[in-house]
Amino acid sequence: MSTISETPTVGLTHGGSEDTGLGQRGPESKSIVVPYGFWLFVLSDMVLFSTLFATYASLVNATDGGPTTSQLFDRNLVAVETMALLISSFVCGLAMITAKRKNMVWTQLWLLLTGLLGLVFLSIEIYEFTSMIAEGAGPQRSAFLSSFFTLVGCHGAHVTAGLLWLGTMMAQIWAKGFRQDITRRLLCFSVFWHALDIIWVAIFTIVYLIGTLP
Amino acid sequence: MSENPHPELINVAPGEPHDSMLSETISYIVGLGLALVLTGISFWVASTSSLWGPGVAVGLVVLAIAQMGVHLVFFLHITSGPDNTNNVLALAFGVLIVFLVMVGTIWIMAHLAANMGPTPEMTNMHLQH
Repeated sequence: MSTISETPTVGLTHGGSEDTGLGQRGPESKSIVVPYGFWLFVLSDMVLFSTLFATYASLVNATDGGPTTSQLFDRNLVAVETMALLISSFVCGLAMITAKRKNMVWTQLWLLLTGLLGLVFLSIEIYEFTSMIAEGAGPQRSAFLSSFFTLVGCHGAHVTAGLLWLGTMMAQIWAKGFRQDITRRLLCFSVFWHALDIIWVAIFTIVYLIGTLP
Repeated sequence: MSENPHPELINVAPGEPHDSMLSETISYIVGLGLALVLTGISFWVASTSSLWGPGVAVGLVVLAIAQMGVHLVFFLHITSGPDNTNNVLALAFGVLIVFLVMVGTIWIMAHLAANMGPTPEMTNMHLQH
């Protein structure tokens, strides 16, 4: 720790001439502050999801004589969705490793695979939603289905936004290279993508597995 | 802290890979392996009938929390190291709020539902629609 006071200029984002009240080192560099701020956003996103989970748990039995959880959910489909999202998260990690080495080809390939697996997940979810609505089990059928579509749909909307972000990042890396601000954004994207997988773990356990217990 | 190649760094960003390509690849592979095992156990526990029924749901929640921990450690690189204090503190606050919201809501709403049994009119409405 003694080395910190000896290298006060590292991490300074201003000239260091004025007292910031942050000690001699000054504020952390952008490469720390930006992902940390994004980490706070991701955590607040998880708080948002906790309210949706709480709503779902409160309304799961309010089926109004309509279809129940064990009649609607297909575990095999959920297993494929889970695999797709988990491997997508893993491949996103591999992309981060190659991006740190500024390897353009492998980074683009891993990011492409990340996006394709995300697309597989999203297609299965859309298929599930449309077939449920076709069976008359749409969000307006019962309080249970309203809360189900809100919770799982909100996660799906996050995945959709993540895919758009992923495409933007691939284009930016391609056009602008591994500039510092670009890799910072890429790091934020990977945090977002891993967080979506964490929320999916809660969804497939609470909604699909516990919902289809005998 | 001693093996930290950048002694000036006292904070590290969440999700930032390590410095050795081998060690960080191994970290992701170990994380993937553990997550696959935990997912497999979850699906097995949910479909088998050889376990005590009422405990299965609790077991599934425990497995899910374990898998979230695996994701945090191996994919997001949240550690107990001194360079991770800020990330861990923010996470702890997030977990606290999530816990309060979920447990508080489920507890209160379950009591409310138990104390407000369906009236005959409500039962009839359920049957009609």
